[in-house]
Amino acid sequence: MGIVCNLRRAAAATGLIAAAALVSTSAFAAGDAKHAEEQDWHFEGIFGTVDKASAQRGLQVYLEVCSGCHSLKQVAYRNLSDLGFTEAEIKAIAADYDVTDGPNDEGEMFERPAIASDAFVSPFPNNEAAQASNNGALPPDLSLQVKAHAGGANYIYALLSGYEDAPVGKDVPNGLSYNPFFPGELIAMPAPLAEDGVEYSDGTVASVDQMAWDVVNFMQWAAEPEMEQRKKMGFKVVLFLIILSAILYAAKRKMWSNLDH
Amino acid sequence: MSAGTNQTGGTGSGLVKWIDSRLPIFSYMQKEYAEFEAPKNFNWFWNFGAILTFMLVLMIMTGIFLAMQYTPHTGLAFDSVERIMRDVNFGWLLRYLHANGATFFFIAVYIHMFRGMYYGSYKGPRELLWMLGVVILLLMMATAFMGYVLPWGQMSFWGATVITNLFSAIPLVGDSIVTLLWGGFSVDNPTLNRFFALHYLFPFLIFGVVILHVIALHVTGSNNPLGVDPKGPQDTVPFHPYYTMKDSVGLAVFVTIMAAFVFFAPNFFGEPENYLEAAPLVTPAHIVPEWYFLPFFAILRSIDFNIWFIDAKLAGVLAMFGAIGVLFILPWLDKSPVRSAKFRPMYKWFFWILLLDCIILGYVGGKPTDDAVFAGAAWFKIIHLGYITTFWYFFHFLILLPLLGIFERPKPLPKSISEAVLGGGTSGAAATAKPMEKA
Amino acid sequence: MSDDTQDHDGSRRDFLYLSAGAFGAVGLGAALWPFISSMNPSADVLALSTTEVDISQIENGQRVTVKWQGKPVFIDRRTPKAISEAESTDLGDLRDPQTDADRVIQPEWLVVVGVCTHLGCVPKGQKPSEQRGDWGGWFCPCHSSHYDTSGRIRQGPAPLNLPVPPYEFLNDTNIKIG
Repeated sequence: MGIVCNLRRAAAATGLIAAAALVSTSAFAAGDAKHAEEQDWHFEGIFGTVDKASAQRGLQVYLEVCSGCHSLKQVAYRNLSDLGFTEAEIKAIAADYDVTDGPNDEGEMFERPAIASDAFVSPFPNNEAAQASNNGALPPDLSLQVKAHAGGANYIYALLSGYEDAPVGKDVPNGLSYNPFFPGELIAMPAPLAEDGVEYSDGTVASVDQMAWDVVNFMQWAAEPEMEQRKKMGFKVVLFLIILSAILYAAKRKMWSNLDH
Repeated sequence: MSAGTNQTGGTGSGLVKWIDSRLPIFSYMQKEYAEFEAPKNFNWFWNFGAILTFMLVLMIMTGIFLAMQYTPHTGLAFDSVERIMRDVNFGWLLRYLHANGATFFFIAVYIHMFRGMYYGSYKGPRELLWMLGVVILLLMMATAFMGYVLPWGQMSFWGATVITNLFSAIPLVGDSIVTLLWGGFSVDNPTLNRFFALHYLFPFLIFGVVILHVIALHVTGSNNPLGVDPKGPQDTVPFHPYYTMKDSVGLAVFVTIMAAFVFFAPNFFGEPENYLEAAPLVTPAHIVPEWYFLPFFAILRSIDFNIWFIDAKLAGVLAMFGAIGVLFILPWLDKSPVRSAKFRPMYKWFFWILLLDCIILGYVGGKPTDDAVFAGAAWFKIIHLGYITTFWYFFHFLILLPLLGIFERPKPLPKSISEAVLGGGTSGAAATAKPMEKA
Repeated sequence: MSDDTQDHDGSRRDFLYLSAGAFGAVGLGAALWPFISSMNPSADVLALSTTEVDISQIENGQRVTVKWQGKPVFIDRRTPKAISEAESTDLGDLRDPQTDADRVIQPEWLVVVGVCTHLGCVPKGQKPSEQRGDWGGWFCPCHSSHYDTSGRIRQGPAPLNLPVPPYEFLNDTNIKIG
């Protein structure tokens, strides 16, 4: 009886602490911007995995649309094997881009085609150059964007597919666009996706929503390439720990049963 | 063969005896852990000492292996952490264990502290034991703060800027101290470098104080849920195997919960903003510390008015450190002769109110001060809630506790632990409330 | 332990303790693996495990050093004299017997890892100005090991020949090491 009672109290205490943490974290999702809707992502949940077909299309969107302004510094071409690309395909993708290497024997830096072990080539040599080409706004690196926003994938999907005409009376300064999901509603990035902006080789219709969906799947993988391994391992570890806890509890009961407690 | 006891006593092998007669580690372990008598009525809250020991070891282990891969340089730190996450074998596991480990370390330490407060574990003769615990808490906070700077994300940078700027509130020498802390004129590479060095050092200081904490514990013996001292062998059991086994159960459950977060929601307690590399010219819209600092952060922000000749900035800093300072003198603020809240009808209520107060303080610390608390009442802002809860925090420790000791009428204490346990709670023939016996 | 029920009770208890201990030990052991594994080469390091070298600029008799997996690799475009010396060596004279043919793909090109098999120093002999040892190959200054024109150990404390890394000719002018 005492144990049950104590457990209940322990549960209440931990619950309270967890609740406090919940409240404090949810505080940051608040803002004046429109709230992004929950989407049903393939990668969600304990058994969620990367939707490889979608992420492969997302790579195409990134390369043909986003990579004009946005870098993807933390991801290397070799990592694309996670998404099902073969070594030859990866080599071919990398070879389309030039990286600066060196210095060579003469002390000069030189350009060479990228290879699989190189990180994705950035469109600008540094942040200052990126800002200079984008009216002073810095296009963020996309490697971690899904993890860097409280709304995560839902937010980025809503943002990419949520451009619309500004409501009457809303003043949109030159160089900015209206997007109800962006904090402050005025965003420096013009609507990046247009119907049939890319041509998918698998025949998928390249609607704005579809492209946003695919590129978010790609960005989610880029942000957490360890996700599938993590969840798979986690399932085993947690199962093991539950069994261990149960055995230990039974052994403890047995041990204490000969005490007049 | 008795369950689990080791043979290190007098019957050890020749080698053990040889070593033990020169360096008595075996007989020490035997005496302090195997034969050490602990009250037999611990509840599950007494698991957290063992859990905290485990967490400290886990943090040091993961930390050392992370340090092998981490680069403390402003230009490389963020990328080196991402390299750990992406390229190092199981690097993501080490880092998520370390990051979530900090959270669960603090969860455990706060439960441990509130357990101590509920059952009066800080009262004589355990005052030094408690104060060493507060020292550990302070060291943990310093370690956690410096560790949070190392990934060099936006929150790392701005957290470091804000917290180091606290010291600028000190009159006359404040600015010089801040410059000294930074090693420059803003948080920059020298700051990151020294924080890394100190973040590596502090856990070993904590380890040292933990040893003192345990030595002090073994001198006075453990408190227990009844708060009355054991009267003899009928009230105690040997620590091993009874409590090693019970601690293992609690530890396994605790680790299971932590593992669920590490593997399935590793960023639940983290700040998304910290996945953006530090940008010294762009402050995030809303700076918040990690959740375990939020109550103290709330107290800091709640003093936004001058107190007599002390300006608001200094007063806020003093209040924040004072919030930990009152814990140091807690054994002398609580005048009641009875330890356990079980027998203190009024204190019991105020204990729960204090816990609630701390949770609300945490909530306040995570919200912008100008937000309304309730949607319908715009005049009642977070800052007002902060005033009330900050006031209550100090009121509880500085005014209520001393008064309770005078005015509260404790319930009758059981004569002994075994009487209470066998007699089913406090209904047995009980002595009238009397001052606790000194051990 | 004469009582039957007590005996039964005891075996149940022992079983519980044993399985608890076994589970705990297995868990601890498994938990150590990620720590140890994290010290092994990481994915980005492994990705750099091959090096491509353009050999078209190397002249006859010239030796160049390239970096492969952080180690020096000696590429020697051998003179006919060096080749014939290497090929005519009696295997009985060798501490680590290996024919020259086993150590090259094309006799003109010798590719060896330039790390002395004694204690890891880099032998001298890559530059014309450096001492090449008594067998015209390489000479390790640390403990005076002499290597011949096939990179085989001939004298000194080193136990083995300079190892030949895995490599292939991609075409006439490029080799891929690793």
